[in-house]
Amino acid sequence: MSVLAMSNIQKSFGSNHVLKDITFHVDKGEVVSIIGPSGSGKSTLLRCATFLETIDSGTIRYDDRNAAETVNGKAVYAKNLNDFRHIFGLVFQNFNLFPHFSVLKNMMDAPVSVLHRNKEEVREECMALLAKMDLAGKADAYPCELSGGQQQRVSIVRALAMKPEILFFDEPTSALDPELTGEVLKVIKQLADEKMTMVIVTHEMPFARAVSDRVVFMDKGVVVEQGKPEELFGQTQNERTKQFLQNYSNT
Amino acid sequence: MTLLNIILKMAEGLEKTCAIFFLTLLFAIPLGMIVALLRGSKFKIISAIARVYISVLRGTPLMLQLIAVTYGPYYLFGISISRNKLIPVVIAFTINYAAYFAEIYRSGIDSMPIGQYEAAQVLGYSKIQTFFKIILPQVIRRILPSLTNEIVTLVKDTSMAFTVSYQEMFTIGKQIANSQTSFVPFVVTGVFYYVFNAVVGFVMGRVEKKMSYYKI
Ligand SMILES: Nc1ncnc2c1ncn2[C@@H]1O[C@H](COP(=O)(O)OP(=O)(O)OP(=O)(O)O)[C@@H](O)[C@H]1O
Ligand SMILES: [Mg+2]
Repeated sequence: MSVLAMSNIQKSFGSNHVLKDITFHVDKGEVVSIIGPSGSGKSTLLRCATFLETIDSGTIRYDDRNAAETVNGKAVYAKNLNDFRHIFGLVFQNFNLFPHFSVLKNMMDAPVSVLHRNKEEVREECMALLAKMDLAGKADAYPCELSGGQQQRVSIVRALAMKPEILFFDEPTSALDPELTGEVLKVIKQLADEKMTMVIVTHEMPFARAVSDRVVFMDKGVVVEQGKPEELFGQTQNERTKQFLQNYSNT
Repeated sequence: MTLLNIILKMAEGLEKTCAIFFLTLLFAIPLGMIVALLRGSKFKIISAIARVYISVLRGTPLMLQLIAVTYGPYYLFGISISRNKLIPVVIAFTINYAAYFAEIYRSGIDSMPIGQYEAAQVLGYSKIQTFFKIILPQVIRRILPSLTNEIVTLVKDTSMAFTVSYQEMFTIGKQIANSQTSFVPFVVTGVFYYVFNAVVGFVMGRVEKKMSYYKI
């Protein structure tokens, strides 16, 4: 069953047609990487999936329920969008932690004040998550006291604390110094091993190859090609994909 | 009149100065936030009204506003001026300072990174929760220095109530100085304001320190 199914998504910013009839789905337990050149619409696709941008037309379905559908050529969103928001989590490139909250409060606040869950229960779960992610000693620290790698790991556990069915990552290591990317990628790998459903926009090709069940190559607002990582990275017949990967291995 | 007598008389005025000061803060701090939010409204007309409000109140002398609020009702409607001038004085100060506070709030709100709103939205926070839990605390932290400046100015501005003969500290100081043909009451007045502001500076410094447990 697909956790997320987006079909025929159209999105323009003014006259800039950014997503051109994109159809994209993610199955339960699947890890999908999205790769592609800068400006190809990868972030926009994630932002549409997480309702940070509104689509012009198309359908967005989570767990076989319509979050957005198209009526008379225009997208219409469900009234109870917040119910859908609980299904996914998003990890931003630049973390977007709440600087005035401690690490623990960053994690606990949404489950408690949005999902109205029991505070003690949430605290226990969050402490367990922190321990698992090697952040146990950081519960009372503030984000400004952490390294970039730690901040990004906290933002991952903040998203996990909401128990999402699917987790989106938009270039989770791009804002980090090269020596800090490893610890974040390790956490994502760990989640992949636990069969967490994930969509990862990344420029880390070796990582995408190692962690993904499926790789999607986007260019100029269309999905050019998708497939198993060994197919796409190993023996693609597509000229655009070849070109892109070649440019990558040269840098 | 001995120095002690002068000081005692001034202390009476201090009470009224404090009344203007605290009541103005009490009303102008929330009113300024309302004006700032209206100014940021996506409804053009509401935002325009808030803009005009801010620009008129910042663009005309506070003294004129004091006179307008205190005597305006009499000239316009023949309503007699109430004996207690504290009410019109506080109204005038409140609407004036709300305009200044609104600008400070707005600059603070505008300085918030969009990512904070987006993170909150994805986590499912409502608009109201986002504002009160995520945005406002950080905005306060950011604007505290400018707010302190404005509050220090308010302490000194309370003396303008003398234009409508409200018996606050400055008015009394001036009266004593006139009747005694002495400069000493002015010096005492100055010391009173200076000490008042020293206290304000100390308190605000403590608040700022308390809030700076995180870096922005
Ligand atoms: N909010 C916006 N307003 C206007 N144009 C936008 C906006 N967001 C993105 N765009 C445009 O949409 C296009 C796709 O941008 P997007 O950020 O989705 O690309 P990307 O594939 O994520 O690129 P990168 O690898 O650099 O992150 C670009 O041309 C960009 O300028
Ligand atoms: Mg991007």
